[in-house]
Amino acid sequence: MNYRMISYILGWILIFEGMFLAVPSVTALVYGESALWTYILTVSICLLIGSLLILKKPEKRRLYAREGCVIVSLSWIVLSVFGALPFFLSGEIPSFIDALFEATSGFTTTGASILNDVEAISLASRMWRSFSHWVGGMGVLVFIMAFIPLSGGQNMHIMKAESPGPSVSKLVPRVKTTALLLYSIYFVLTLMEFILLLFGGMDVYGALNTSFATGGTGGFGYLNSSIGGFSPYIQIVVTVFMVLFAVNFNCYFLLLTKKIKDAFNLELRTFLIIYIAATALITINISGMFSSTGDALRNSAFTVASIMSTTGFSTTDFNLWPEFSRTLLVILMFIGACAGSTCGGIKISRIIILFKGMAKELQTLIQPRQVKKIKMDSHTIDHETVRSVNTFMVAYTMIFVISLIIISFDSHDLITSFTAVATTLSNVGPGLELIGPSSNFSFFSPQAKIVLIFDMLAGRLELFPMLLLFSPRTWKK
Amino acid sequence: MNIIIVGCGKVGQALAEQLNEEGNNITVIDLIAKKVNDISSQHDVMGVVGNGATHLVQQEAGISKADLLIAVTGSDELNLLCCLIAKKAGNCQTIARVRSPQYYTEAPFLKDELGLAMVINPEQAAANEIARILRFPSAIKIDSFGRGKVELLKFRVPEGSPLTGCAAKEIATKLHCDVLVCTVERGDEVHIPKGDFVFEEKDVISIVAAPRKAAEFFKRIKYKTNSIKDVMIAGGGELGHYLCEQLTRSGMSVKLIEKDAKRCEELCELLNDVTVINGDASDQNILLEAGLETTGAFVALTNLDEENILLSLFAKSAGNCKLITKINRIDFGSVINHLDLDTIIYPKNITSDNIVRYVRAMRSSIGSNMETLYNIIKGKVEAAEFIIKEQSPVVDVPLMELALKPNVLVAAILRDKKVLIPRGHDSLQIGDAVIIVSSRLALHDITDILK
Repeated sequence: MNYRMISYILGWILIFEGMFLAVPSVTALVYGESALWTYILTVSICLLIGSLLILKKPEKRRLYAREGCVIVSLSWIVLSVFGALPFFLSGEIPSFIDALFEATSGFTTTGASILNDVEAISLASRMWRSFSHWVGGMGVLVFIMAFIPLSGGQNMHIMKAESPGPSVSKLVPRVKTTALLLYSIYFVLTLMEFILLLFGGMDVYGALNTSFATGGTGGFGYLNSSIGGFSPYIQIVVTVFMVLFAVNFNCYFLLLTKKIKDAFNLELRTFLIIYIAATALITINISGMFSSTGDALRNSAFTVASIMSTTGFSTTDFNLWPEFSRTLLVILMFIGACAGSTCGGIKISRIIILFKGMAKELQTLIQPRQVKKIKMDSHTIDHETVRSVNTFMVAYTMIFVISLIIISFDSHDLITSFTAVATTLSNVGPGLELIGPSSNFSFFSPQAKIVLIFDMLAGRLELFPMLLLFSPRTWKK
Repeated sequence: MNIIIVGCGKVGQALAEQLNEEGNNITVIDLIAKKVNDISSQHDVMGVVGNGATHLVQQEAGISKADLLIAVTGSDELNLLCCLIAKKAGNCQTIARVRSPQYYTEAPFLKDELGLAMVINPEQAAANEIARILRFPSAIKIDSFGRGKVELLKFRVPEGSPLTGCAAKEIATKLHCDVLVCTVERGDEVHIPKGDFVFEEKDVISIVAAPRKAAEFFKRIKYKTNSIKDVMIAGGGELGHYLCEQLTRSGMSVKLIEKDAKRCEELCELLNDVTVINGDASDQNILLEAGLETTGAFVALTNLDEENILLSLFAKSAGNCKLITKINRIDFGSVINHLDLDTIIYPKNITSDNIVRYVRAMRSSIGSNMETLYNIIKGKVEAAEFIIKEQSPVVDVPLMELALKPNVLVAAILRDKKVLIPRGHDSLQIGDAVIIVSSRLALHDITDILK
């Protein structure tokens, strides 16, 4: 284990976190808030510790697969711990576990909050919550890798561990250029949403907050009512962008390079079909609760987009919807959206591979000697990928069950506990019953919160990097 | 530069690694998914699985934006096909590895008619390298320019040599030699010597000369070249065949030991003045009978790396000769270096080095006319070969009247297939190939040497 190199990279993480914290600092400066001093203090802490760690370049710079995983999971923990400092130091969130929950929920783009009244905390802190979504959405390390020179393909281990989906494909030969391309697409989409929101009459602060939170598919609202209080136009803009951010970013690259056929691949088509079908079913199911079908359609389209993209914004309290709609939403929570987007969840490509794998097994029961391969878009999915998807499901179930058991000690009802784990593991945000869109997570016990923090990180990093941290073999010489 | 490499074998991997480290964007293509995955998880390159000779796969690999395609699969025909298709599909240069002697003899035709930028034969390249080493066994490093007509040799000035205390401009008059000293390494310093530079003992100097002139120069400065008169080669594959041709041409007497009787007959027909011995080189008696104890050099070229190492070790114990060992596959450099085997030849590295050299020149010459580029001293001094195609301020002006930048040296001129070591009154002509040694990296055009 190359500890020197790990601490070197963690140092860079802190330097970058210091720079990210400039965003809320500027917000505090603009609005003349006293939170400014807390943010400046945190920036200094990050930069100081960070520069101490990067002072000396390590001689052995080689990273192997396990260092890649450990670096990714430790980076995210460090990011969350230091990201929690401003909430804690300013006294806005007095308990550190709560502050950590809030910050982790930010970076992992979950959007689950422990705040009873969001509007009570400073504008700077609300900006920091939304901005952490944006930073966490695309992956911090890949971003940093684009700036600090590491030779060779070592970045690949890190990129693999950080990007969502069963397999990573590069757009162009270099990790650095790939990262820059992805970030450009990300930036342009966010900018487009920002401008469209301004057109809808949202103020600059609100539009920035909302675009950051949509971009990372996070879902921290800067108002208690989330998106509910805004005009239908704004709700529709947010709906469209939640869907756009749920699409594999490679598709945009393919569209830009005029490979339209390749862009509309099986995963994207499946995503759109599921989205449209679920929206239609829920619209019919809830039409009685709204004055017009148009209203029902808008709310259902918004909510389905919000849940599938694992954003977690809300326009109405879907906790009060009929049981069929609620069930459907919980199932969508597990599925998530496309790989290679900023979303959480199991991911549609995994679901497709699982289904095709099952179909293949059934086929071999009927025709035992048949040779069959799992294909997607006429590309054969190699056995390694199929196996890793299966293992992913096993690990997912395992983490889910263990988390659920620990949470159940809090003795809330099963739906609350179940959706709490589901929503954090899929990085959605709200759940049902006690943690519905209009409530929050503050009532959980500290140990339950720690489990949920772990779930959020595990969900964002696709389980294995976090599990690896707990394997004694990782740390053995 | 955007480079596509077809074939992820030994050479493909070495190329991907080296070219990637030098900052090129690499895409590799291979039929076997595992090979592609291995290479793209170890290095920062993109992988495409498929047949590199199909238009579809090449498009997926981005042929339209590629600057260069290198085909190094195991099959000559496939390599050539890849290059042909790449030429049509995109606007890029192509390099093909061509092994079979039948095709390789047609290399000039292939280059001209099929538009290939470079045709490389690993065995031929390795044979050239071995022959160079055998010609000057005690030189530190030998490179060749202008298709082997000019050599650049690096060696240490021996004690008590007439060269010590001699100024650079006196070499021609005092020693009557047509050579040019282009770099001097003294301790950590590197000099490009001017006329009044005085050499000292233990300087490491690089000279540029035609091969025969270099030998003369070494004689004059009393440098023991340990020149080798007879060579024993174990293993009569293609590499052995090419090497025999090269060595007999430079007048060495060559004995070749080959196991397969049929191949021996074949070699006998192909080669003149070579003693072909039919026998198993791993039999000590056969080696001794062939005169291992008295031979000047022993070259182990069998197909088994382990056997080559053992043969060389045995040769070392039996006689006092120069050893050259070919290693194809195994990659334990540090262990092998401990065995004290003199020179070890890795054909895959020679092939990839040759290609990398070409790419380097191509890279630094986008929009210029550089032919090849060599690192004489890594990152400090380069030698670049230019071809003068058109009228420019450097043409037809005596060199002493050209206002050259400091640390730039016109080291050799190739005119009408002859090597000219330039003196002050010589001038450059259109059609010349010129070798420029300089410590200013990144010369783009021959006119860059002027102030």
